[in-house]
Amino acid sequence: MQHVITIQDFSRDEIDRILDRASELEPVAHTGSSDALSGRILATLFYEPSTRTRLSFDVAMKRLGGDVIDLGAIETSSAVKGENLADTISVISGYADAIVLRHPKEGAARMASEFSSVPVINAGDGAGQHPTQTLLDLYTIRKEGKLNKAKIALVGDLKYSRTVHSLAHALSLYDAEIYLVSPDQLKMPDLMKGGLIESGTEIVETADIDDVIDVVDVLYLTRIQKERFPDLSEYQSVVGSYKITKETLKDVKDNLIIMHPLPRENEIDPEVDASRHAIYFRQSFYGVPVRMAILSMVMG
Amino acid sequence: MKPKPDGHNDRELRVKRITNGTVIDHITAGQALNVLRILGIMDRLEEVVSVVMNVSDRKKDIVKIEGRELKPEEVDKIALISPDATINIIRDYEVVEKHRVILPSRIEGVVRCINPNCITNTDEPVKPKFVISRGERVELHCMYCGRVIADRIADFLI
Repeated sequence: MQHVITIQDFSRDEIDRILDRASELEPVAHTGSSDALSGRILATLFYEPSTRTRLSFDVAMKRLGGDVIDLGAIETSSAVKGENLADTISVISGYADAIVLRHPKEGAARMASEFSSVPVINAGDGAGQHPTQTLLDLYTIRKEGKLNKAKIALVGDLKYSRTVHSLAHALSLYDAEIYLVSPDQLKMPDLMKGGLIESGTEIVETADIDDVIDVVDVLYLTRIQKERFPDLSEYQSVVGSYKITKETLKDVKDNLIIMHPLPRENEIDPEVDASRHAIYFRQSFYGVPVRMAILSMVMG
Repeated sequence: MKPKPDGHNDRELRVKRITNGTVIDHITAGQALNVLRILGIMDRLEEVVSVVMNVSDRKKDIVKIEGRELKPEEVDKIALISPDATINIIRDYEVVEKHRVILPSRIEGVVRCINPNCITNTDEPVKPKFVISRGERVELHCMYCGRVIADRIADFLI
């Protein structure tokens, strides 16, 4: 039984196989349907808000001919009666063929995998891991640009963003050159930087986006998340530090791609949406074929 | 009275020799009570336990447990806070086995995670588990949330 808990559990070969499978399934993700998972049931348990991740898992399962059950609003579930996650997982794994879990506590998915009799897919655990986002990011870079030896700038919240942490690790498997662009308060933790350097990844750290915007192939922006700040005044001082406008993009490489895990706040001016560089809405769509590939892998 | 090789004679001994049991020697000074905590001896005190702290110019602590021979797998986890400790098994006043503690590769239920938002710090029925690595310093990697404890490990003992 294969769980999907962290991206670190996957080798480069395993990731490549998932991306290849996603590529095969992309036409089905657009308009088609398949009976690959006909008769199978996916349970989606979201203890935190989600739009893209929840809906794209839902669509992915249905495009593959399967069915989806969900926890519904958390207020109507037995969690409000004080049922712990371990018991919920033990029960739900008797109802479904796989479980997708988003939970506010870090390590929740790992623990769930120990109590589940069916595969568990981590759809985000607190500030921890979000491996399916990482896989769709890699798929996007491979499809819209080049993944091997990419020059990529990770911009914004490099301290709290789980997306960035998982992506940086995965990029290190592809010999990327990583530019870390953030204000001082949101720099990538030293431990994580140390891990990247140890793996042989070249990293450059700067607070000024102008230092790197003209040399990179990929600009990966993140939302500065209010909920991750214990102190509101700290949040207000850094929000809006790195806004991308048409003006910002005047000297960039022709093949630059701009990515964002969405939702955005004001990191990207809407006038950039029409630019050939803006691929963040396609990136969001790629969540469907990538999650189809993951579902067919764990339930196939 | 003839002095013993360590400079003490029997009248001067701070704690008398034990007939049978375990002596944990060369414990990092000040960590003896934490060693007892890790071994779980504080919770279920059945044996006679002697604790000597700051012996030999405050260089080490010693713990003597009478009538019980501790197994290596029971004792090795004290290497987390006292990597130079030695275990001496005593039978009829003689040291019959002596070895240094070996840091285990994993521990479970000994240390709590430093991350307050880790699933192991909730009411869920799960014990904290760590993978241990030893480079320049001992590091505990939480197997659930991935956070690392590297300093003040004794502060996180359960």
